[in-house]
Amino acid sequence: MSFPLLTATAVVPAIGAIATAALPAAKRTAAKWLALLFSLLTFALALVVAFRFDPGAKGPFQLTESHAWIRDFGVRYELGVDGIAVALIALTALLVPFVILAGWHDADTLEEATPNRRWRPTQGFFALILAVEAMVVISFEATDVFLFYIFFEAMLIPMYFLIGGFGDRAGADGEERSAGRRSQAAVKFLLYNLAGGLIMLAAVIGLYAVTADQLGTGTFSLTQIVDARAAGQLDLGTTTERLLFLGFFFAFAVKAPLWPLHTWLPGAMSESTAPVAVLITAVVDKVGTFAMLRFCLQLFPQASSWATPVILILALISIVYGALLAVAQRDIKRLIAYASISHFGFIILGIFAMTSQGQGGATLYMVNHGISTAALMLVAGFLISRRGSRLIADFGGVQKVAPMLAGTFLIGGLATLSLPGLAPFVSEFLVLVGTFSRHPVIGVIATLGIVLAALYVLVLYQRTMTGPVKSEVSAMPDLRARELVVVAPLIALLLFLGVYPKPLTDLVNPAVEHTLSVVDKKDPKPTAQVNAVPGSGRTGHAASDQDVEAAK
Amino acid sequence: MENLIALLVAAPLVGAALLLCGGKRLDRTGHWLGTLFAAASFAVGVALFADMLGRSADHRALHQHLFTWIPVGGFRADVAFQLDQLSMTFVLLITGVGSLIHVYSIGYMEHDERRRRFFGYLNLFLAAMLLLVLADNYLLLYVGWEGVGLASYLLIGFWQHKPSAATAAKKAFLVNRVGDMGLSIAIMLMFTTFGTFAFGPVLASTGATSEGKLTAIGLMLLLAACGKSAQVPLQSWLGDAMEGPTPVSALIHAATMVTAGVYLITRSGAIFNAAPDAQTAVVAVGAVTLLFGAIVGCAKDDIKKALAGSTMSQIGYMILAAGLGPIGYAFAIMHLVTHGFFKAGLFLGAGSVMHGMNDEVDMRRYGGLRKYMPVTFVTFGLGYLAIIGFPGLSGFFSKDKIIEAAFAKGGTEGWILGGAALLGAAITAFYMTRVMLMTFFGEERWRKAPTPSPDQPSVEPAAETRGEYAPPHPHESPKVMTLPMIVLAIGSVFAGGLFSLNEAFVKWLEPVTSFAHGHPPVSATTVTAATIAVLLLGVGVAWLMYGRRPVPSLAPRGSLLTRAARRDLLQDDFNDIVFVRGGGHLTTTLVQLDHTLVDGAVNGTAASMGGLSGLLRQLQSGFVRSYAVQMLGGAAVLVAATLLMRGV
Repeated sequence: MSFPLLTATAVVPAIGAIATAALPAAKRTAAKWLALLFSLLTFALALVVAFRFDPGAKGPFQLTESHAWIRDFGVRYELGVDGIAVALIALTALLVPFVILAGWHDADTLEEATPNRRWRPTQGFFALILAVEAMVVISFEATDVFLFYIFFEAMLIPMYFLIGGFGDRAGADGEERSAGRRSQAAVKFLLYNLAGGLIMLAAVIGLYAVTADQLGTGTFSLTQIVDARAAGQLDLGTTTERLLFLGFFFAFAVKAPLWPLHTWLPGAMSESTAPVAVLITAVVDKVGTFAMLRFCLQLFPQASSWATPVILILALISIVYGALLAVAQRDIKRLIAYASISHFGFIILGIFAMTSQGQGGATLYMVNHGISTAALMLVAGFLISRRGSRLIADFGGVQKVAPMLAGTFLIGGLATLSLPGLAPFVSEFLVLVGTFSRHPVIGVIATLGIVLAALYVLVLYQRTMTGPVKSEVSAMPDLRARELVVVAPLIALLLFLGVYPKPLTDLVNPAVEHTLSVVDKKDPKPTAQVNAVPGSGRTGHAASDQDVEAAK
Repeated sequence: MENLIALLVAAPLVGAALLLCGGKRLDRTGHWLGTLFAAASFAVGVALFADMLGRSADHRALHQHLFTWIPVGGFRADVAFQLDQLSMTFVLLITGVGSLIHVYSIGYMEHDERRRRFFGYLNLFLAAMLLLVLADNYLLLYVGWEGVGLASYLLIGFWQHKPSAATAAKKAFLVNRVGDMGLSIAIMLMFTTFGTFAFGPVLASTGATSEGKLTAIGLMLLLAACGKSAQVPLQSWLGDAMEGPTPVSALIHAATMVTAGVYLITRSGAIFNAAPDAQTAVVAVGAVTLLFGAIVGCAKDDIKKALAGSTMSQIGYMILAAGLGPIGYAFAIMHLVTHGFFKAGLFLGAGSVMHGMNDEVDMRRYGGLRKYMPVTFVTFGLGYLAIIGFPGLSGFFSKDKIIEAAFAKGGTEGWILGGAALLGAAITAFYMTRVMLMTFFGEERWRKAPTPSPDQPSVEPAAETRGEYAPPHPHESPKVMTLPMIVLAIGSVFAGGLFSLNEAFVKWLEPVTSFAHGHPPVSATTVTAATIAVLLLGVGVAWLMYGRRPVPSLAPRGSLLTRAARRDLLQDDFNDIVFVRGGGHLTTTLVQLDHTLVDGAVNGTAASMGGLSGLLRQLQSGFVRSYAVQMLGGAAVLVAATLLMRGV
């Protein structure tokens, strides 16, 4: 038996979480370094996964592991990755070390505030982050629906404590009020996601019942179900398929989040510390959109087509609505949260456009949005912790006193508004093109998001960074070394993936093609026949490139 | 040779990266470094130009394929360059004028502590602009298109401690983004229609699709051009953009970036030629803007804003010409190049005046400066003669041809367009003469302290009454600034004539843009005579108003039109009411709704459906464990429901 690489990628952060939590109260610094070490180990493993993965290989999943787990119910411990999962695991493993570094001092205030505590905030904070990472990674890997469900739900628990336990202490009013708001936000987060999860659980069990009925033995295995459908052995029936689809989709739409199920996100993101907010929006929420691609579309292809018009409209509303609300926010983190809602609208739009550009773009969008939001949110966190306030009006003229802070904030913002040359542009344009080619009107309305994104980003930048220097920010220090270590690689990555996204598209394209073939959708053909241009260098090059690729 | 093309873009890009990331140790040499990279790009451009001239007209286009940028399914974008006669023209203009303005900025920005960053942004602009004109497909062009927008944003807001500069920068970016929407949609339309958005296949296949599709693409491209080139209705940002340092106004907001819309339309000529309705829209936009900008230019007392109005108007001429099809493309580009010389020269002259006048921009505070700044006066004067179309100078040749082509459009349309272009020429002569007279002639109004405006009474007593007014000491600018002005003045004088020798410029561009001789309903001599007549008329009226009579140092109330023109013909008021306030109301209402309606509805539904309110209470009282029990209970109910449903 070969080395269980996928299991290891999830187990390493889990061990890290336990080890970090086990450290005695006095070893606070050691706990931080230990957590960082384990997150880096996980990243190394994720890179190994990415390199071992062969995008050209046949079959939907690679590096598979399969063991019987609960025999009586056909639950298997089944792992496997496609290109989409590899990309998202890499994203998760990449971001967590930055989250840990950025949150280096987030638990310190709690240590000082509660000297006679019964728990160890520092150890807890970093252990919880690693626990979330472990569960997210295994959710991306699971190809057994039940296995996925368990970790999809279980990650709520560490997230709940991260949101409720560790605030940024930068609310407009006193600590007591903000503690109240914080726990309210955490409970809201939990309830929304639990409600989604409950409905999904019903659908999961329903799916089992149907397979047990028709195949003889019940199964939760994605590959088995897809194969059985393709072979004609399994027919869910229109109504059942639609109900099951809705059950799954509801849970994922809450997590993603899709309008009108989004209202938990702004509270959860603004009340938690910036690194935790990054964990929510850049990592955990991606499980929702990822699961739409992997489970909703592949398990219920017909129902997915059936629900597409409604979902496209909801996604479109998310895009415009999230952006409009971002414009009106007075709190920096709430603004970024609403911007994320707009961006999740784009991702879901791309997924349900059912074109290779739309879905490829949506997958790239998940990765790029993760990086760009992390850059913007983490710099915002540095800014907020310096001033002790999240309110935009409390800043002004920061550019003059802290040019590097302002510069990195601007780049994060420009990535958020999808400036060409930075990674998010590639994915946003692909989503738009992919949507437009099937649904022109929706595609055109979605481009409004381009203008609105510029509005909320530039207004935020103008109000916080430009103008006369406010006296409260006049002594603000510029980025420190640790902070620069967090931001610089993210910016470099945004630039690299903006200029050369090919490694990512090569990884993702075959998985997208597979998904589309399961859903039985083909890209619309261009309406006009294109004339070959005599003597044009471009077409010559294009042909030779394809030859080279074919030869490989 | 084609491998050199990437170097054109790479040189300033490397410069920008070095200057922006290099830190303080480059503070002392940064401006020279930036200038060097710009000049290097110009040198490469000249080498490529010489090489291009050595080949026959049909074999001049070069391609360079760097790498595949975005391959997803049938969608394929490349990073690939195309250097043909049209791109070459722009490359020389951008790097040539760009290098001159780098030199000028060494002097102009000497006392600015962030000079290194300024040069970094200028280099970034050059790289983006070169990418825009060298791209061989629309998506890569889009990268340059937004790249110049970013550079423009950074440079308009360069003095961002001034709230007005920060606001102007934001406004420019936003209005441009509206145009960018047009470009995105155009690219998407091309992709769904042709399956590609590379220039070669798209422009060669216009016959394969319907006119309706082409019209839609054309209109979207026009929207993009309106944003970038400050054409009605997206013109409102250009006046505010004058908040940027003057070299920026000269390079970006006069000579190069704002002309990108003309490039886009000319480059997409094959699409417009096959879509007459889109062409009509283009000429309409051009004609309206050339009058709009000219009228605004007449009313402004801020020298840079008067010149900005003029820029808008001159680009209106170019857009008009580009909308005329093959009879106009070459002249649009020719006017673009000559305008690049004289308008950059005029802006640099304005900067030189401001430099010597303590950064005063109000022309009513100038007067009689010719004695103090002889070089500026002469170079500015030559630029002035060029722009009003004084016979023999650059502007005369290029503008006259556009007016002729407008008449040649034929029918009533031709008369309207030609008439508008002639009227525009008269107004141009008027407002430019006004600028000239108010700045360099007449009483030296700056010797006296400004009288407070009756509209905005100052709380503090006037400086003069306190005896604190120290008049400025106007002086000529240093050589590093006057030298570029002299070079540009030479271009303003001779470029037009050179281009027109044997129709050299038209023949040069013909393989790319195609060319057809227009046949105006009246003879070319008549058009030229009329142009000269309206020119004299405009100059004469301006002299009567501003030359013969003293200029009041405080603006008179003025007629209704003047007052509207001072406010950019009320466009800003419209934007403010509709978009700023209307949008503000919309978003605040939405915030309310989100809180009460959406959140409330979801919570309400959840509570009534699943007994979640009970769960909420228990959770808040700390019974987290009951979560598991409730989950199982709820699940059981739902599973039962689903199983029952299966029978349905």
